[in-house]
Amino acid sequence: MNALEVRLQQQTPIPLDCAFDCAPGELVALVGPSGSGKTTVLRCIAGLHRATQGAIRCNGSTWFDDQVCLPPQQRRVGFVFQNYSLLPHLSAFDNVMLALGDVPAADRSAITRNWLARVHLQGLDDRRPAQLSGGQQQRVALARALARAAGQAMHGGGVLLMDEPFSAVDQVTRGKLRAELARLRRELAIPIVLVTHDLDEARQLADRLVVLHRGKTLQAGTPEDVLLRPCSPAVARLVGLTNLFAGTVGIDNGRPCLDWAGHRLAIADLCSHAPGSTVNWVIPAEGILLHRPDRSSRGEAENPVTGIITEALRMGSFTQLTLSIPGEAQPLVFQVSSHAILRNDLGPGQTASVTLLAERIHLMPKE
Amino acid sequence: MDWSALGLSLRLAMMTMLLLLPLAVLLARPLAWASFPGKGLIDALVTLPLLLPPTVLGFYLLGVFAPQGALGQGWLALTGRSLVFSFDGLLAASLLVNIPFAVQPVQRAFEAIPREAREAAWCCGLSPWQTLWRVELPLAWPGLASAMVLTFVHTLGEFGVVLMVGGNLDGATRTLSIAIYDRVQAFDDSGAARMSLLLVLIAFAAVGSLHFFTRKVGRRERA
Repeated sequence: MNALEVRLQQQTPIPLDCAFDCAPGELVALVGPSGSGKTTVLRCIAGLHRATQGAIRCNGSTWFDDQVCLPPQQRRVGFVFQNYSLLPHLSAFDNVMLALGDVPAADRSAITRNWLARVHLQGLDDRRPAQLSGGQQQRVALARALARAAGQAMHGGGVLLMDEPFSAVDQVTRGKLRAELARLRRELAIPIVLVTHDLDEARQLADRLVVLHRGKTLQAGTPEDVLLRPCSPAVARLVGLTNLFAGTVGIDNGRPCLDWAGHRLAIADLCSHAPGSTVNWVIPAEGILLHRPDRSSRGEAENPVTGIITEALRMGSFTQLTLSIPGEAQPLVFQVSSHAILRNDLGPGQTASVTLLAERIHLMPKE
Repeated sequence: MDWSALGLSLRLAMMTMLLLLPLAVLLARPLAWASFPGKGLIDALVTLPLLLPPTVLGFYLLGVFAPQGALGQGWLALTGRSLVFSFDGLLAASLLVNIPFAVQPVQRAFEAIPREAREAAWCCGLSPWQTLWRVELPLAWPGLASAMVLTFVHTLGEFGVVLMVGGNLDGATRTLSIAIYDRVQAFDDSGAARMSLLLVLIAFAAVGSLHFFTRKVGRRERA
């Protein structure tokens, strides 16, 4: 049974057509560009926004459908707001204790202290939000949401919702907070829904990604599925896969192949595409290997492709190469170590050969 | 010094302030947060007493408060007392005249509370009533304090409406500002001066203490 079940539809103020589930202990990340409706979905779950149609169920109880729309107070959600939303007139301690209204009064102090300790905020109990750093405020917000969600879990089923929780803290703090969350979520057997536009963050933390675009669920799956095997070119673009091309699939000597820009590429399988059909395909940058120019590897290398380097962008220890392929309007973009570029004296205007790893080529229906 | 006028003025100011405050909170919250048809009109009506000449306001109130007027008749039937030339009428007029002084600072204060603060409280399980007491009022309290001080001091000084609706009955409707006018008419300049100075001191003390407290709160929350 799924702990949290979300189905939402509406036309205004922003269109929504999205559906996903989240099991207890699972972390689902809603990803998508700004304005794709991620935050609105979260607000719908919390009861802060009412969609026109749909249903939200949590552990068998209905929070929202055609007849019911429970107010936020009656939904069991801990909500980490993007801008923390701590109450400025209350201390860190009181901000957390505020979420423990349904816990017996005698236990509140101890539970509050425990949550503050869990997010490493001992000794800052009496500070007001204005006296805390951004990272500390974020920890208080996390402790408050956890206190609410976990306190409620004792009564059956809390949900933790987080809206870009780490976007406003510096990178070091962000790393620490992510690690803490990864640690905490294993102990809390509650559904967690995270909104983020940071794909790295989503990949690190989430069990499942839900890709939203203009309010519509385009794909839901494991980070690996979504990031390496997008179901459509639209998802491929949203998750930053730039090597997106069109080709024709077929069978060559009993093996699946892909005809593209005058090359016949070997592929792992046809993925239920009929031979002769036109498809879109992607290859992640990691699936493109540069050949050493001093060794002619033609003939033995897998899927060799030759092109002309149009740009070599040095980005620290890696250099991003753009390779223009004859017969294809779009270039191949991939990274190689800057060291290899220096050693082989590669630069714009030169010819280079690469291997496109057959097993990393992913086919999608033609757009 | 007209002690009965001073007592009357203080009683009127205190009652106006205390009665108007909950009303201001009730009115200011939807004006600050909700959008509904007719909101602009209500906003304008709230401001109107500020702009109308007190005598004009007093003239109309006199009509409504009179025993044959709409309100006066009802009040007479309900309590057996008249609304004109009585403390009841003075208080009713004072409540109306002070609406902008009470509502506007409270409305500004509620507008300054971020929506997320209330939403965070709801998501913590606080009922609307608990949210009002534990989040909204504590955050809006400098505005509430301003509203109370402004209403109190303005009621002490109100002249035109009081004279029109209440007249100048010793012990019933003669407030301090009317007593000052009375003294000047009677060429008792020293009496008028003493009472004027007292009003200046009260107003100064009220505004001064307001500044002191709100600055202290501001520092505490920013620190």
